[in-house]
Amino acid sequence: MYKVKVYVTLKAGVLDPQGKAVKGALHSMDYKEVQDVTIGKYMELMMEKTENMEEKVEEMCHRLLANPVIEDYRYEIEEVVPQ
Amino acid sequence: MKYAVIVFPGSNCDVDMYHAIKDALGEEVEYVSHTEKDLSEYDAILLPGGFSYGDYLRSGAIARFANAMSGVMKAAEEGKPVLGVCNGFQVLLESGLLPGAMKRNRDLKFICRPVNLKVENHETMFTSEYEKGEVITIPIAHGEGNYECNDKTLKELEENNQIVFRYHGENPNGSRGDVAGIINERGNVLGMMPHPERAVDEILGHTDGLKLFQSILKNWRESHVCTS
Amino acid sequence: MSARLEPTAEQIKEKKIYREMGLRDDEYERAVDMLGRLPNYTETGLFSVMWSEHCSYKTSKPVLKKFPTEGKHVLQGPGEGAGIVDIGDGQAVVFKIESHNHPSAIEPYQGAATGVGGIIRDVFSMGARPIALLNSLRFGELDNPRVKYLFEEVVAGIAGYGNCIGIPTVGGEVQFDDSYKGNPLVNVMCVGIIDHEDIQKGQAKGIGNTVMYVGAATGRDGIHGATFASEELTDESEEDRPAVQVGDPFMEKLLLEACLELVKSDALVGIQDMGAAGLTSSSSEMASKAGTGIEMNLDDVPQREPNMTPYEMMLSESQERMLIVVKEGREQEIIDLFERYGLEAKAIGKVTDDRRLRLYHKGEVVADVPVDALAEDVPVRNMPSTEPLYFKDMQAMDLQVPEVKDYQETLVQLLKQPTIASKKWVYDQYDYMVRTNTVVPPGSDAAVLRIRGTEKALAMTTDCNSRYLYLDPETGGKIAVAEAARNIVASGGEPLAITDCLNFGNPEKPEIFWQLEKATSGMSEACRELETPVISGNVSLYNETNGTAVFPTPVVGMVGLIHHVDHITTQYFKQKGDLIYVIGETYPEFGGSELQKLVEGNYSGKAPTIDLSVEGKRQKQLLEAIQKGFVSSAHDLAEGGLAVGLAESLMDESGLGADVTVDGEVVTALFSETQSRFLVSVPKNQQEAFEQMVDDAKRIGTVTDDSRLVIHHTDQDILIQADVKDLAVAWKGAIPCLLKSKA
Repeated sequence: MYKVKVYVTLKAGVLDPQGKAVKGALHSMDYKEVQDVTIGKYMELMMEKTENMEEKVEEMCHRLLANPVIEDYRYEIEEVVPQ
Repeated sequence: MKYAVIVFPGSNCDVDMYHAIKDALGEEVEYVSHTEKDLSEYDAILLPGGFSYGDYLRSGAIARFANAMSGVMKAAEEGKPVLGVCNGFQVLLESGLLPGAMKRNRDLKFICRPVNLKVENHETMFTSEYEKGEVITIPIAHGEGNYECNDKTLKELEENNQIVFRYHGENPNGSRGDVAGIINERGNVLGMMPHPERAVDEILGHTDGLKLFQSILKNWRESHVCTS
Repeated sequence: MSARLEPTAEQIKEKKIYREMGLRDDEYERAVDMLGRLPNYTETGLFSVMWSEHCSYKTSKPVLKKFPTEGKHVLQGPGEGAGIVDIGDGQAVVFKIESHNHPSAIEPYQGAATGVGGIIRDVFSMGARPIALLNSLRFGELDNPRVKYLFEEVVAGIAGYGNCIGIPTVGGEVQFDDSYKGNPLVNVMCVGIIDHEDIQKGQAKGIGNTVMYVGAATGRDGIHGATFASEELTDESEEDRPAVQVGDPFMEKLLLEACLELVKSDALVGIQDMGAAGLTSSSSEMASKAGTGIEMNLDDVPQREPNMTPYEMMLSESQERMLIVVKEGREQEIIDLFERYGLEAKAIGKVTDDRRLRLYHKGEVVADVPVDALAEDVPVRNMPSTEPLYFKDMQAMDLQVPEVKDYQETLVQLLKQPTIASKKWVYDQYDYMVRTNTVVPPGSDAAVLRIRGTEKALAMTTDCNSRYLYLDPETGGKIAVAEAARNIVASGGEPLAITDCLNFGNPEKPEIFWQLEKATSGMSEACRELETPVISGNVSLYNETNGTAVFPTPVVGMVGLIHHVDHITTQYFKQKGDLIYVIGETYPEFGGSELQKLVEGNYSGKAPTIDLSVEGKRQKQLLEAIQKGFVSSAHDLAEGGLAVGLAESLMDESGLGADVTVDGEVVTALFSETQSRFLVSVPKNQQEAFEQMVDDAKRIGTVTDDSRLVIHHTDQDILIQADVKDLAVAWKGAIPCLLKSKA
């Protein structure tokens, strides 16, 4: 089995209202050193071994898991030993 | 004229759309399941508001892969009117029928209230019954209506007169360019966040949405005067 | 054989492990007697949840008996998922209110959201289409960061669930008082409509019929939630996170549509929500009501997590699940029906004739208990009751009129009080329009929804001024019912029936039980006098934080029938020249009033008095005047008195104003909260007809078009002359301003 970790974030330059709100909250709690906050999504996919794994994951991200119009994505694939 | 209201799992303004066509406009309308591929018997396609698939990944992201969307694509190619309201607009964006994407509202809260819109383009099959620059009152009800697109897209939308409605006075959700509704280049696919189907009945307080549905009907009749 | 490490029956007895599950020693002994042997771990769990206050009403039963529950229109009283009242034309209205206080105190977003989900299931499990939600909320003062957080998250949770499932949230109330600081109240009401022939019961009838499980899979969430709701909150409660469930409104939308199709099928025998105490309560109650038994194979229960024990499955409060009983042999069509909605329906057991709940797991019998022992033969607790000392003191106090220097400034300050101030910040987050039937949106006395395809409409409201109840629970209980009815009448509706949510402190304290007794006595009397029986309800006790109880808060949810949409009336003045009337006299009554809170910072003295026969007469006369078309606007005079009522009648940005003259003692005339009063406006050409019909109406002025509120006194200078815009700024800005300010 493989665990695919997918991270989806808003593209640089796209205003992130959630990130802005959290940054404001951290500042009001006196964590003034926080420069910026970006909020995104994290997904885990458990996948069977398959050919062209990376290609497939790339396609899933592009077609469904992220919206390329406003979002960037990256992923990590790691093998896991079933329990 | 025969209208289809596409029902996705989680659609919840399907009833409102249905009654706007049936009761206020007095035309034929049917609920059509998301599993139905063939929409050829309908003259207009309506994608209603709601929370298709719970909006759990992104609004409209999962619905765009429903069977019915191939029928919607085909109807759009054939030049039939396709109207997406609220979640329906989000589905049209996700499917690529319209450019851009939606983010959460600026204030991160769901907003339900009547807002003022300016009719920026009254020369479409959806807006011909409105006056140029007319200010109308239509309710909004959404948590993700903060329209986003890049500079190039915005410029194109403006140059091609594809921005059909803008928020007037106050921008409730932070949407880019005050965009409330946009149309495709061909002029037959309209997506809008405000709910015209909720503004067709005097007893509920607002009737400015009725002209949108009357526009669709009138333009269809004019273009089908010889064939029907 | 499962490898679970559960204590044996003997260990449970010896180590008194049942206590950790919430059973008292005498209750455990009784369970042993009923069973004729020591209950095992799973069985002890079944008894503990079913005999919790939340499921059994063991403490409140004696007081609930007082409620009138029958009436000419009542089709279903308390005891099922929700009550039902006939509204003619073969239709009926279904409604119930329920609390989700404890979960909301711990995890406000999910607590409130799952409260909404639960009450919706109660309504559609009767076969009804839910058409509206209301909520009655109580929080501490908005000067505390934790309270602000609770308030914002509860509202977001209600919005998140209601908006997604597509049922409009149309009304309710929010009250702020210190007594709710650590223990907010979140009461949610759902209203549905049903055709008589579709009415379902939660009964497991027909020996051999199949018990099926539909909806979401069972996880370990919310185990012992019902017991949790029956205990006081302590500082440690916040660590009890596993008790909170997570809602899935998308799943419930699918379940709702599937169940509404299901009720049209003659294969369905009975249906019940798996709410508090989940699979245990639904199965044992359905069997007990039908006089049957149920056996289930727990291996067949859809499970979300691996290695779940029978105890965990039976006590799980996972959301969005239903238990149904279908005719033997018809299972496949039910499976197919749910599959069309993307849902799983699974046979997990059958109806038996031995009146026992028998559970199998991995080939063994893991529980075998009489269903009546769980659902019916609950040991009722008769609690001692003592009149609290404070009550005597309050009753003995002389009448005090709070000191007011600047009337206009006082009015502005009252409009800024969060309990009076505009709740637009709240209801703008609720989709109150979806399904396009909402004629009167949130903000007026009652919400009004038309009934599509008829000339009729429904008015609905929730009410309870707990300050009056604190000062005098019996009088306050009467007022809660009367005020709800007043709001219905002012909207043009005939009050039909009520649902109630009794939020009180720890009933084991005799002073708290006294409050419960008195409040329910007052409510019962008002329900009889105003002919609005109690058709459903919920009890939430142990609303205390670190030993301090909330104000007694028996929230009344009422629904009224508007016979014709033309009768729909709102509180807002409609046109220049209309005559303004107050119906009812005004006395110096300030106990528990907003003015008292503003000036003195606390509540003291006697609650306002109420004469229920006068109340009933005025309501009948005003309703008739509205139905005859004599009335332009009508508003219940409540918190803040006449001055606030006048301002509220001008808060719809119409540009209108009012010019009125009052007499007598000024503070009383402006701010007293005397009961049974209405503020109405009447077109000039209906003056005579209106005055003839309504006995106690006194003309005080006229509606103007200058957007000003001017209040004269018969023998003094002008008391108030304010720009409506300025009043509106104060009233609308108060809550957003409090939320923004740093505490």
